[in-house]
Amino acid sequence: MTTANPRANENASGKAAGAFDVARIREDFPILKEKVHGKPLVYLDNAATSQKPRVVLDALEHYYTTENANVHRGVHYLSQQATQDYEAARGKIRQLLNASDDREIILVRGTTEGINLVAQSYGRQNIGEGDEIIISAMEHHSYIVHWQILCQERGAHLRVIPMNDDGELLMDEYEKLLGPRTKLVSIVHLSNSLGTINPVEQIIEMAHGRGVPVLIDGAQSTPHMTIDVHKMDCDFFVFSGHKLYGPTGIGALYGKADLLESMPPYQSGGDMIKSVTFEKTIYNSLPYKFEAGTPNIGGAIGLGAAIDYINGIGMDRMAAYEHELLEYGTERLSTISGLRLIGTAREKADVLSFVLRDIHPHDIGTILDSEGIAIRTGHHCTQPVMDRFSIPATARASLAFYNTREDIDALVKGIDKVIEVFS
Amino acid sequence: MQQFPFDEIDELYRKVILDHYRSPRNMVEIGEPDIEYDEYNPVCGDRVVLQLKLSDGRVEEAGFHGEGCSISQASASVMMDSLKRKTLEEAEQLSSTFRRLMQGHTLSEDELTGLGNLAAFQGVRKFPVRIKCALLAWTALEEGIAEYRRAGTR
Ligand SMILES: Cc1ncc(COP(=O)(O)O)c(C=O)c1O
Repeated sequence: MTTANPRANENASGKAAGAFDVARIREDFPILKEKVHGKPLVYLDNAATSQKPRVVLDALEHYYTTENANVHRGVHYLSQQATQDYEAARGKIRQLLNASDDREIILVRGTTEGINLVAQSYGRQNIGEGDEIIISAMEHHSYIVHWQILCQERGAHLRVIPMNDDGELLMDEYEKLLGPRTKLVSIVHLSNSLGTINPVEQIIEMAHGRGVPVLIDGAQSTPHMTIDVHKMDCDFFVFSGHKLYGPTGIGALYGKADLLESMPPYQSGGDMIKSVTFEKTIYNSLPYKFEAGTPNIGGAIGLGAAIDYINGIGMDRMAAYEHELLEYGTERLSTISGLRLIGTAREKADVLSFVLRDIHPHDIGTILDSEGIAIRTGHHCTQPVMDRFSIPATARASLAFYNTREDIDALVKGIDKVIEVFS
Repeated sequence: MQQFPFDEIDELYRKVILDHYRSPRNMVEIGEPDIEYDEYNPVCGDRVVLQLKLSDGRVEEAGFHGEGCSISQASASVMMDSLKRKTLEEAEQLSSTFRRLMQGHTLSEDELTGLGNLAAFQGVRKFPVRIKCALLAWTALEEGIAEYRRAGTR
């Protein structure tokens, strides 16, 4: 039931055919036919959440209409079926990340919960007074806050890798921050506000040189590039299904098995327990030790369908197409007088953040919306990034493989309209 | 789905609004204000700091500073003009009238006349997410007055 879209498969097998047939891909996404304020929807807010292909919606419906039951708990047919599909989804996530063992894949609500898990479990166990956690200047709020709370609780310190004007991390400074008290490095792979792809392999290698584990926030990278946790050698990796063309409320934390084994449970509840007496509780083995209570079964199955769909097209082809689109967008936006792109790293993906003259991004967003164009405006949960560039907020267009050059053209036309209103 | 053609954008960004946004009135720091209130919209980062100096129970000087979108800043600027020489009760009355306008209530002729330039913000009603922007400064006013009264009764 969770097989990929047959047409996408055809596409993949016909790789030699070359051209990326975006018109056909758009057919897979029902929402792209919607009109907004009477105009065709131009969806350029993919970094906030992605749209869902029909196969994902079908997988959800199939699960709820034909096999809904609780997992890991029943001898009856439906429960076994649900358990099997839920666990199959875990296997698909493992393959997507190129992890070696299903035990290393903890299903969580999303990136935020995955990071909380590491902060609460690994952090509380391993970080003490005077210790240091290194993060980067372009982290998501959700990140900064977890580590801040942990540091306050433990008397530890947060160290921040600065960046240059293009939005690239200063690796020399990182080197200097790594010290005997560093207990954890936690870095965003692809920045949601700048589009920078950070050199995570190098960051991890340098940390490992000092025996320090590294967590990678893959919320934005997972939908736009091939992930290989094995090659990367990260200790933890987190992502959200809803940004990867899957449902909301599901995501995964990858952790190296020996690390996860050594960590205490994060939440308590059903499924995470092997045996309970009033004297002693024995925790379940991995990954269930970290999955308390009834999980998001439908969500996991939907995410599994999204992964099948992506595999049918091929992440490398999607990424190549998106890269072309990003270059086209960069070129088009650069021609608009008074527009400044924020985030101009050499290694970049998917994000076009900008400010326009003295027009507030909020006003840009409203006028674009009236043209059916959805972008994000604001500080994108990265207020320190805004402070770094001395701007209160940006307007952000973020791309996916179902966007087209026409979408970019519509954006440019919309921006012309903004300028007209404010001239 | 609700539609807004381009003229609703024109209606939103009325001349008065763009004019006050570009050249805000009363964007001044007031020394030793009697009422001062700092209001944020954490969602979009809009901010208005409102300052009032009173004399004989009436607003003698009104000033604001802050940053944000055209609607939030223009609303603060227009509001400053309309507060001068008003008692706190009259200011609150005006605030409640403006709030009712934003919430889509139909106002009487008199009320509309009383609003003066503030009536230009009617166009915002069609843009529900922006109503908060228009009300930011007014929330600061109401909270500021409430805080002032609490301090006075202590
Ligand atoms: C880089 C990054 N990290 C973390 C998050 C949080 O993800 P979620 O809200 O799905 O938990 C986001 C999403 O906005 C993000 O872009």
